[in-house]
Amino acid sequence: MKQKLRPLEVTMNLLFFLCGFIAVVFVLFISIYLIVSGLPAIKEIGLVEFLFGTKWASTASEPSFGILPFILTSIYGTAGAIVLGVPVGFMTAVFLAKIAPPKLATAVRTAVDLLAGIPSVVYGLIGMMVLVPAVRELFNLPDGASLFCAIIVLAVMILPSIISVSETALKAVPKEYEEASLALGATHIETVFRVSVPAASSGIAASIVLGIGRAIGEAMAVIMVAGNVANMPSLFSSVRFLTTAVASEMSYASGLQRQALFSIALVLFLFIMLINVILNTLLKRKKG
Amino acid sequence: MKKRTLALMLSAALCVGMLAGCGGGDAGSANSPAGNTNSPAVTESETPDNTTELTGTVVTNGSTSMESVMGSLTEAFREVQPGIQVQYTGSGSGAGITSAQDGTADIGLASRDLKDDETGVKAITVAKDGIAIIINPENPVADLSVEQIAQLATGEITNWSEVGGNDAQVVFIGREAGSGTRDGFESITGTTDNCKYQNELTSTGEVIANVASNPNAIGYASLSAVDDTVKAITVGGVAPSEETVLDGSYAIQRNFNFIVSDSAELSDAAQAFIEWATSADAADLIAGAGAVPVAE
Repeated sequence: MKQKLRPLEVTMNLLFFLCGFIAVVFVLFISIYLIVSGLPAIKEIGLVEFLFGTKWASTASEPSFGILPFILTSIYGTAGAIVLGVPVGFMTAVFLAKIAPPKLATAVRTAVDLLAGIPSVVYGLIGMMVLVPAVRELFNLPDGASLFCAIIVLAVMILPSIISVSETALKAVPKEYEEASLALGATHIETVFRVSVPAASSGIAASIVLGIGRAIGEAMAVIMVAGNVANMPSLFSSVRFLTTAVASEMSYASGLQRQALFSIALVLFLFIMLINVILNTLLKRKKG
Repeated sequence: MKKRTLALMLSAALCVGMLAGCGGGDAGSANSPAGNTNSPAVTESETPDNTTELTGTVVTNGSTSMESVMGSLTEAFREVQPGIQVQYTGSGSGAGITSAQDGTADIGLASRDLKDDETGVKAITVAKDGIAIIINPENPVADLSVEQIAQLATGEITNWSEVGGNDAQVVFIGREAGSGTRDGFESITGTTDNCKYQNELTSTGEVIANVASNPNAIGYASLSAVDDTVKAITVGGVAPSEETVLDGSYAIQRNFNFIVSDSAELSDAAQAFIEWATSADAADLIAGAGAVPVAE
């Protein structure tokens, strides 16, 4: 009986292997493509000049290709989003996992899931039409499109990842830990923050890294609220991120400008890879 | 394990989101010419033209500003003369004129007129590109000179009160580097590479939306795209319109030219394309692509 099934077995094995292989092929293809197309411009411009140059004027008669403003903007923007988004997301996760009555928790969780499903262009659109004018009025600025707006939009966008991953981590804490803590006389809140949260800490850390990955890779929402001028970043000035630097100039770019955009993509790719490595390390440490 | 699966799913969702984000960027530009392709092509095939079915390839090369006009034209021309293939390469007006001079292209494309030292070729104007200067409707300023506009763009004038407006800081909004409209505006006002932008946006629609929402903003946009949400100011007393662009009185405009060689004979295919592009049949297409057609 078993012998007869063999050919089918082999075929299916091969099929599954091929499906699994597709993902690997794409990752390899994208990595190699980015490296091959990103390196020439870096070579031509010079690595130091490219990474630490503070002036980006790609179409000027004497072009200069320094992407330090983009790198710093991406780092500041992501850091800002984490500073605003993590406390809110973490508290929401604690609330959902440990404090909220089940019915309310379900309602909030649905809202969080919906928030995750909103396309980034919608975030951008609402940011552009509502947030940017509001920031302009509130802070009495000539123009609202700024790093500040981008940080707020990104902070909202990373909430769902932080909430769901942290909540799952908190829920996975063995009940015995909490029961022991309660039996020793700790209050419910003490138990949550002294026992559950430390026990879930690596999962919560992973959620933060995931949030960083989402924030640094976001382009569409940011391009609509950040102003996209290649300034060195400051909170209320118009800034350009690594992602938006690629997106905004790609459609008409040619020659060295086009190659330099690939190089920016390569830098961004390295950032994301680094974040993935950190994420994997965190997840592994928790397991071991 | 469960947590890991969720993390993986979230990162998968993230990837999908990133892809979707990338796709959204050029959707707008892809759509605009497609809508207008049918009407003239149909009428053309109905009227028995004296030109017979031609075959061949027409190589065009030059101005990136003319990309959308050329896109609409080549797409529609495929239905008029299915045997002729029109190729477009965007390399810049200067390169377009050179390629017409040395014969590497049948038709050079230039979004400016020929200079005196560019000899051996002649220009055929196929369309005019009018660029409207737009401000928020709440802004009391109604008229500016080209010089004032240039000063606003370069940051020499930073307050609206200097040009008769409210006491408020000027917010200059424009397009991204490489945009044809930006190139047009900067070359006409003589501010190439000197503009101090507060906001660089990737589409005309976004520029208009931003100017509409900010009372201190000034920006530029293709004439055909301007709507009621913003105020197009008069430049040196002339209001922007198709008429003032055509008669040359509106200053912020430029010609879209086909550059052809004086000496070398044009191929039949290239001749047919030029005749068709400058005829009234192509006028709607040119208008649809955001320029002002020259042919009536």
